[in-house]
Amino acid sequence: MAEFWQQVVSGLASGGIYASLALALVIVYRSSGVINFAQGEMATFATFLAWTLLDHGLSYWPAFALTLAIAFAGGVALERVLIRPVEGRPVLTVVILTIGLLILINGATQWIWGGATRKFPSPFSTRPIHVVSAAFSIQDLGIVGVSLAAVALLSLFFRFTKLGLGLRAAAVNPEESRLVGVRVGWMLALGWGLAAALGAVSGMMVAPVVFLDPNMMQGVLLYAFAAAMLGGLASPVGAVVGGLALGVVLNLLGTYVSTFSGQMRLVGGLAVILVVLLVRPTGLFGRTAVRRV
Amino acid sequence: MPSLAPLLELEGVEARYGPIKALHGVSLAVGEGEVVALLGANGAGKTTTLRAVSGTVRRAGRISFAGQTLERRPPEAVARAGIAHVPEGRGTFGELTVHENLRLGAWTRRGRLRGEEERVLAHFPALAERTRQPAGTLSGGEQQMLALARALMARPRLLMLDEPSLGLAPLVVASIFAILRRLNEEEGLAVLLVEQNATLALEAASTAYVLEVGRVAVAGPAADLRADESVRRSYLGY
Amino acid sequence: MAALLEVENLSRRFGGVVALDGVSLDAGENEIVGLIGPNGAGKTTLFNVVTRLYRPDSGDLRFAGRSLLRTPAHRIVRRGIARTFQNVELFDTMTVRENVRVGGRRAEEALELVGLGPLAERHAAQLPHGTRKRVELARALASHPRLLLLDEPAGGLDHEEVERLATLIRRLRAELELAILLVEHHMNLVMGVSDRVHVLSFGRRIASGTPAEVRADPAVIEAYLGSEVTSVTDRSFQTDAQAEPARPDDGTASGA
Repeated sequence: MAEFWQQVVSGLASGGIYASLALALVIVYRSSGVINFAQGEMATFATFLAWTLLDHGLSYWPAFALTLAIAFAGGVALERVLIRPVEGRPVLTVVILTIGLLILINGATQWIWGGATRKFPSPFSTRPIHVVSAAFSIQDLGIVGVSLAAVALLSLFFRFTKLGLGLRAAAVNPEESRLVGVRVGWMLALGWGLAAALGAVSGMMVAPVVFLDPNMMQGVLLYAFAAAMLGGLASPVGAVVGGLALGVVLNLLGTYVSTFSGQMRLVGGLAVILVVLLVRPTGLFGRTAVRRV
Repeated sequence: MPSLAPLLELEGVEARYGPIKALHGVSLAVGEGEVVALLGANGAGKTTTLRAVSGTVRRAGRISFAGQTLERRPPEAVARAGIAHVPEGRGTFGELTVHENLRLGAWTRRGRLRGEEERVLAHFPALAERTRQPAGTLSGGEQQMLALARALMARPRLLMLDEPSLGLAPLVVASIFAILRRLNEEEGLAVLLVEQNATLALEAASTAYVLEVGRVAVAGPAADLRADESVRRSYLGY
Repeated sequence: MAALLEVENLSRRFGGVVALDGVSLDAGENEIVGLIGPNGAGKTTLFNVVTRLYRPDSGDLRFAGRSLLRTPAHRIVRRGIARTFQNVELFDTMTVRENVRVGGRRAEEALELVGLGPLAERHAAQLPHGTRKRVELARALASHPRLLLLDEPAGGLDHEEVERLATLIRRLRAELELAILLVEHHMNLVMGVSDRVHVLSFGRRIASGTPAEVRADPAVIEAYLGSEVTSVTDRSFQTDAQAEPARPDDGTASGA
């Protein structure tokens, strides 16, 4: 029984990482209508930046905060410079653009930092906490905490601030938003900035576990897609719930089903995407687009 | 009044949707605190005229408002200048609550908005009971009221309304026009009104313009147009 | 003689909302019947029940004497009932003729009746709003119905277009021997064209009668019309429209 709860918590930690990146995908999708295939690579790049800051002697949390700020600025710049010119173009054009971005950023990461694997520190100790007979890793609990905190802060932002309202309005109805004076373009850029920052959180949480290298986030991106699809691509709540659920389920399957380990996890993620698309394309929390006749 | 410069002035305004030209040189004026009606058949260019002012269609020609030139400004800047455009079909944000819609309306306002929502909702008691409801769940009439309330939150100097009576029950239409009259009389709100129901529009307005195929065909005091049978028959169909 | 369409004690709820509360009304052969009421009164729900998109919770529904309750939605057209919708949904990539053909076999007749002959080869996407509404009407007529349900046909039409619609409705009744049930907010049109009018409010029928009777009914005035009837309805419309002889509508402007 103790094993079960340990795996659940461990699964929640992975799930938190997937959820952060999934939420980033959903924010971009809701505001720009685009699936940003480069979201993972942007997160990797940000994590490498964090590594550089830490390598230069900055302590962890200041480096964490600075990385978020830089990632945010990078996301904003990316939207304004690369995405805005293709506003309104066919979906395929934009998809190809983000895939190109994926390759470009991956290449840049390799070029600047080289392909060697590096260690990335965790702010949380690896000592276990004992609750009854179970031993929970502080690191896992820390990851869950940070991920949920990021998500919670973002929800508060969207629900209670003027900018958050503006972003939601611009995502839902850009034409009408302009009529009330909202600068829709900058709202979209804001969305990309927030997504990039979330991606950075995801990257910095996963790096201590899987070690930092240029291809670190590719698996995470896959799970993030699965999570976002599971929750319904336009549903922020769904992305978070989907991510956490996916993390827990995959972890438990890995523990209790012998054939399901290592590489099979990835297959599991792919299977989820496939099943969702076939059976319930709008996801658990999504709404089917209905037009009143 | 004639000595004062008009609040909004259009001179030779043209507009196009891609290759199709919708306005061929429209000139009109709305004075401070005036209600002006814009009439005409479907496709005459009424909606396009409003969109030319708010910058949501490609336009050329001179558009000035309170001394500023608007013809190169994007919609966000036009809103900041003090013009609130309520488009055809209400333009409410269905997924957001009534309260959020109103907050959004005040987007261009700086400073504290304490009591602003109450002040506006005082005109719309039906909405006051539903502030937490998503706007999409309101009835057509309530949504029109919400669109109007949202426009008022910006404290505009000019309100542009596109077909406010569309699809609404007569009782609701009457109450909306009563609210408009009150706002115009008590707060000096200028209104540029596009309305299919010509009788209603001519009763509410002091000046009227009739558009035909992208041009102004007839213009004058609303009372004159109401009384002139030949104008009514040729241009308003009754 | 039983009416063509008989709605008896129909009720329908959606969750906590009572959309129809024991509504009974009828429409006779060759009759033009108006259905008015505030938004949310149940008018479109009633249409949806008659065309079997919804099942009623209770009550009966009869067409030409036989119950409709067992007829599935896709067979309604065969029984002789056709309808138009508030939001016109045409197939933009098809021509006018092809769109009308989707409705049924009597497409040519429908096109001619509605006056779309000259426009038959145009693509639906290029048409202005008023013309699109006519295509939708033609599509409904192509199935040669006995009962035509029109859902806010005057929505977005200007004065002249509404006048032509009124003429067309009367012509359809005369030449095709159609019964027409019409939901509308445009008072001039409903009052000018209907033989009888039913008024719904909060899911219940609160009045029925001739247009003049319904207009003067205090319950209707309170729930729907408002007392400033003169500013919202326009009497001159009626006299003009009624004086106009039925003539083919070929899309050119008609003098008032």
